[in-house]
Amino acid sequence: MKTIEKLNIEINLCKGCGICVAFCPKDVLEINNGKVRIKDINSCIECGQCELRCPDYAIYLGGK
Amino acid sequence: MVSHLVEKYFRTETLPHIWCPGCGNGTVTRAIVKAIDNLGLDQDQVCIVSGIGCSSRAAGYLDFNTVHTTHGRALAFATGIKLANPKLTVIVITGDGDCAAIGGNHLIHAARRNIDITTIVFNNNIYGMTGGQYSPTTPTGDKGTTAPYGNIDANFDLCNLAVSAGATYVARSSLSNPNMIIKQVEEGIKNKGFSFIETLTTCPTYYGRKNKKGDGVEMIRYLGEKTINKIAYDKLPEEKRKDKIIIGEIFRGDRPEFTEEYQKVIESIKGEI
Amino acid sequence: MPKSNVKLMQGNEACVEGAIVAGMEFFAGYPITPSTEIAELSAAKLPKIGGKFIQMEDEIASISATIGASLTGKKSMTATSGPGFSLKQEGIGYAIMAEIPCVIVNVQRGGPSTGLPTAPAQGDIMQARWGTHGEHSIIALYPSTVKEIFYTTIKAFNLSEKYRTPVILLMDEVIGHMREKIEIPNKDEIEIYNRKEPTQAPSDYKPYEIKNGDIVPEMASFGKGYRYHVTGLVHDETGFPTSDHEVAEKLITRLVNKIEANKDDIVEYEEYRLEDADEAIIAYGATARSAKSAIDTLREEGRKIGLFRPITIWPVAEKQIEELAKRVRSITVVEMNLGQYFEVIDRIAGKHTKVVKYGRVNGELINPKEIIAFINNRRG
Repeated sequence: MKTIEKLNIEINLCKGCGICVAFCPKDVLEINNGKVRIKDINSCIECGQCELRCPDYAIYLGGK
Repeated sequence: MVSHLVEKYFRTETLPHIWCPGCGNGTVTRAIVKAIDNLGLDQDQVCIVSGIGCSSRAAGYLDFNTVHTTHGRALAFATGIKLANPKLTVIVITGDGDCAAIGGNHLIHAARRNIDITTIVFNNNIYGMTGGQYSPTTPTGDKGTTAPYGNIDANFDLCNLAVSAGATYVARSSLSNPNMIIKQVEEGIKNKGFSFIETLTTCPTYYGRKNKKGDGVEMIRYLGEKTINKIAYDKLPEEKRKDKIIIGEIFRGDRPEFTEEYQKVIESIKGEI
Repeated sequence: MPKSNVKLMQGNEACVEGAIVAGMEFFAGYPITPSTEIAELSAAKLPKIGGKFIQMEDEIASISATIGASLTGKKSMTATSGPGFSLKQEGIGYAIMAEIPCVIVNVQRGGPSTGLPTAPAQGDIMQARWGTHGEHSIIALYPSTVKEIFYTTIKAFNLSEKYRTPVILLMDEVIGHMREKIEIPNKDEIEIYNRKEPTQAPSDYKPYEIKNGDIVPEMASFGKGYRYHVTGLVHDETGFPTSDHEVAEKLITRLVNKIEANKDDIVEYEEYRLEDADEAIIAYGATARSAKSAIDTLREEGRKIGLFRPITIWPVAEKQIEELAKRVRSITVVEMNLGQYFEVIDRIAGKHTKVVKYGRVNGELINPKEIIAFINNRRG
């Protein structure tokens, strides 16, 4: 079981554009009630596409 | 909580930013600070200058010496800053309206001087801040609130303009490939001279909606299909080149840089009364 | 033999000499008659002292570069004439709002538009005051001789640094191009004011915070470790934009009051033969020289007449003009326009005395003879 800390979400910054969901190659994320949510952390390969593309700095890899 | 990168280079108390959901400006701004971080520049010695418009709000979010100037004048302010203190790394953040319309004269002259400033144009093909009027880069035929029947103007190729005017590093990238933006900003800053980077970004709220281009995700995908790397483009047959936008490094030149030439003048006449 | 400090100098040249004594290290300009010599001399002199000159692509670019240079801590100036002064209003407003010191010289010529490029006019009095949009105050100085251009340019820099505001130096074409004798003083005889820079830790620095006893915020130079934000938008003490109505009211009021409440420090004027006068002329710049000559003649004819000459044209020497109005039976405002400053004087003095105007806009200097004729032909 992978730890959830490696993929962090700052929900207050998320504007729900869905870019991270669309460009995640492993379908790890989903939009729920207008905000991003982790759907399947075990599939995450830490490619960083979500962090690279998130226009709102609401999702990032790594501990703090 | 935010990432190390955002924590270090953003004024996090100013977040969330004003940009709309799906707007690419935030992604391009992050790419710029990632490039600065990769180069290991001293934050105290970096100056970010912006004009007016959506993209130009970026300056306020960034933790450097930052100036949010008047419409179109970022490059003129930046020229004063760079000449007065050449030790500063000066980066201009501007938009297509700011840089190519009201600031067009400053753009061609900054390029002509080859002054060591890196300019990043957030090209979203529209005036977003004022609500969706057509800009000098709105493609012919596309709609804006001031082009309700379609734009009859021809649009600028900003990179060709920068090359013709004398810039010594010219590149284009797109939101479909953020890593390319990072790489180009790095190369631009490293170039001792005027660097011009056009980044194709998205405005789903105005340009997208007016022209039925979909949301942020669809617009990024569209940019991905529309753009082609210069090397691949050169190999394409003529009929397939139509409607493609070239990305990648467009031009590299080697010319004397303005502030260095000025320093030579100072040294050549030192001691004269 | 010691080198003489007495020189024959053109007004535009005295402006550059004064600017360099004041500490000018940066000039950005654009060629325009009749101020071009100021750019030419700055181009020649600045690199010799390690300063920087740049000829920009247009007038707006020159004021923008001037403001940019000032942010790095360099005292900066630009020069122009009427058509360029119109274009520079955008930058002047920015410098007012963001509180960035700089000096803008306007060697006036006939207008509107391209007007009379090489002829004198005093038509930019109101543009200097209200040329840029929005509520604001401004400092504008108006020298009358080549020697005074030298000293007034220094004063313009000092006031801009002290009050963190753009200062306008209005000059007349005739004095800009006239040569007069001037004795250049030693540098140590001249008082120079430099902006106050912060000394606290950068983390404690708020770029638009007024500390106890200060008139304006301390100003950090870019590159010195105080990273802060500069904007033309309404901003709070941190420098970041806000649309808060209370903050907006407080900021704009402060920007106006820092000038209006310090008139005693800013306002400079000359009184000529006013001690026993029962009538007065108010004139400035080149016109004041003709007025002085007219007054000497009128005095010989037995009239008790004197001159009040504002050197600080904005803010107005309101207190002094009102006092004058209370002790003379008339004030004649003489100026090379059709009554721009007259309107101001009439508002202040009109309730106490009769205020009349004499003006002309044909591109010729107003001479003493016509002032004498006007005074003599006027009833009362």
